[in-house]
Amino acid sequence: MTEPKPPANAAASSGATKASPSAGTKPVASGGTSSRRFGWDRGALARRVTALPTPVKWLLIALFVVFLYALPLLEIPIISTPDTDFGAVLFTVASYVLVALGLNIVLGYAGLLDLGYVGFYAVGAYTVAVLGSFQAHLSWWMLIPLAVLFSTISGLLLGAPTLRVRGDYLAIVTLGFGEIIRLTALNTEWLGAAKGITQVPRPPSVEWFEIPHLQWDGFTAFIDLGDTTKFLFFGVADQAPYYWLALTVIFLVLGADRMLRRSRVGRSWEATREDEDAAELMGVPTFRFKLLAFACGAFIGGLSGALFASRQGFINPESFQLLLSILFVAAVVVGGAGNIYGVTLGAIVVGYLPERFRGFEEWRLLVFGVALILLANFRPQGLLPPRRAKRAIAADEQLEALEEGTARV
Amino acid sequence: MSDAPVVERPAAHEGSALLSLDDVSIRFGGLLALDGVSFDVRQGEIFSLIGPNGAGKTTCFNVMTGVYQPTSGLIRFDGEPLGDRKRFAITRLGIARTFQNIRLFGNMTALENVLVGADAHHRTGVVDALFRTPRHRREEREGEETARDVMRFLGLERRANELARNLSYGEQRRLEIARAMATRPRLLCLDEPAAGFNPAEKAQLMDLIRRIRDRGLTVLLIEHDMSLVMGVSDRVTVLEFGRKIAEGTPTEVRNDPAVIAAYLGTETAEEGES
Ligand SMILES: Nc1ncnc2c1ncn2[C@@H]1O[C@H](COP(=O)(O)OP(=O)(O)OP(=O)(O)O)[C@@H](O)[C@H]1O
Ligand SMILES: [Mg+2]
Repeated sequence: MTEPKPPANAAASSGATKASPSAGTKPVASGGTSSRRFGWDRGALARRVTALPTPVKWLLIALFVVFLYALPLLEIPIISTPDTDFGAVLFTVASYVLVALGLNIVLGYAGLLDLGYVGFYAVGAYTVAVLGSFQAHLSWWMLIPLAVLFSTISGLLLGAPTLRVRGDYLAIVTLGFGEIIRLTALNTEWLGAAKGITQVPRPPSVEWFEIPHLQWDGFTAFIDLGDTTKFLFFGVADQAPYYWLALTVIFLVLGADRMLRRSRVGRSWEATREDEDAAELMGVPTFRFKLLAFACGAFIGGLSGALFASRQGFINPESFQLLLSILFVAAVVVGGAGNIYGVTLGAIVVGYLPERFRGFEEWRLLVFGVALILLANFRPQGLLPPRRAKRAIAADEQLEALEEGTARV
Repeated sequence: MSDAPVVERPAAHEGSALLSLDDVSIRFGGLLALDGVSFDVRQGEIFSLIGPNGAGKTTCFNVMTGVYQPTSGLIRFDGEPLGDRKRFAITRLGIARTFQNIRLFGNMTALENVLVGADAHHRTGVVDALFRTPRHRREEREGEETARDVMRFLGLERRANELARNLSYGEQRRLEIARAMATRPRLLCLDEPAAGFNPAEKAQLMDLIRRIRDRGLTVLLIEHDMSLVMGVSDRVTVLEFGRKIAEGTPTEVRNDPAVIAAYLGTETAEEGES
């Protein structure tokens, strides 16, 4: 592959193959930009990738996926964490990504500021812990659906009364929700109170084969048969399998996210975010869709909480501090709310950097605060804003000037 | 579209009432914004609502589309009282509107804006979307056809993939009409669609409004520009301080002493504005 083929046919092959032929619209002349059905202008790199022939594209994607799964085995010198098990760090990052993807539906798509997202995370985690070891001993395969069910229900219960109020109130009410969940756990013996819950069930293991890790000597890598990961054993020492589990869940969530985004559901969420009254007047039952966004967010939040608990083996109310909610929101906003690549990047930044630089633990929050201030000033839409937002800013002033002459009421 | 001289058609549209307001009042605190307003909009006509600033025209739209509940009075659409239907349900019933100050979904593409309108009659939910059920596919196809058709009708098809907020002012006004039309209304309510337009654009708009009517829609128009209103309307209702002061064909209304009196006071202001 030397250089991308002229995108003559690439446009048609880029996913929107079944664009209705009856639509007599002539696409805008330039490149592959208009190829996607709801296409907005994508970055130069993305466009170049889009222009690649389909098989090459799939190959690249497959390679990247393999790379992601192999990450804990590669032991790449600079990014691997020296002090902690890299598999464990990767799991932490992955669970941040998962949470960010869930919160992105609520915050990025539907535009609802949820400051108590940790509450759903806690409900998921506590379901697994309480019903898996403390009060009952259900199997892990039962616990995960139950955890998701309970967190989704809690999302509906929280959303039904609060989503009728707007903006600032929602932030405050959800903030309270997160704390109430934590305080309830803290003060209820049945839920383990301050001592927490131990012996949380781990995912069921199988022991099929062992995969060796790489070892690096300068720039040469060789296979180290002395350092292996058992496939697929969910233990304490080697946490790569948890990461693989979380990564798989992430891919499933990404797929679902994409399906929803490109449907009536996603459009309704975005319309609600853009202008709730106008959306309602165009036939969108906005309350229902806000509640739906809340439920979807709670579903994913509960799922990641459940994974967290079954990796951790032990939970107590300390694990679900308010700060975590703030970090979750930060991950979404830092990355660029509304863009799944953005929020993924944001989650990686928020989840990985502190782990990589554990030595500077006391400085963490300070550095984080400074970074946020810089970001707010220089990239208020996040590191990777949705492409649309970026162009929208440019058009903002122009529009205001135009509207000035006519806007009444 | 047709360049036949603008004739008023007094008896041409004796159709039944599509929308009727019966003694509708609404009070905001101490202000009676609508005071016993009654009028009928008949099937297939172009009906205009005029009056000085603050007369209650937009408020009329707002009570018709469920934004406000009237304090008293009854609104019927196609013979059925609107009751306390939700706003989205009223849209599904067949009333669509545009806004005096543009309210598009700025960060969505023009096509997506129109698709939201087309979605008004769709039922696709999470399960349909996740598993791409036949319903999802049918509704997507149908929505896209509607959207393309409406956008072509308004001359926006080349701008389909542009962000709504990046469109020119005139295009945004037309996109609002496209979005409303995509909900497949029987009654289309336009709130000052010509605001900020130059005479050439106003002439085009006049033509557009007629073509909309020719597609079988009933048009309810709020407009300040008198030549536009007089040129396009079948009937006109005049509001002042929330009360109806006149109703009739453009000629009748133009010669009505009460209307002349109401407009004399604002004549200079109107001219200063346009
Ligand atoms: N939500 C509201 N609360 C209080 N007063 C309102 C509200 N909506 C409208 N009004 C008042 O009702 C009156 C009628 O307003 P409306 O917007 O209907 O006028 P209009 O005829 O559309 O005028 P314009 O030509 O300026 O658009 C005004 O005095 C306005 O201030
Ligand atoms: Mg008005």
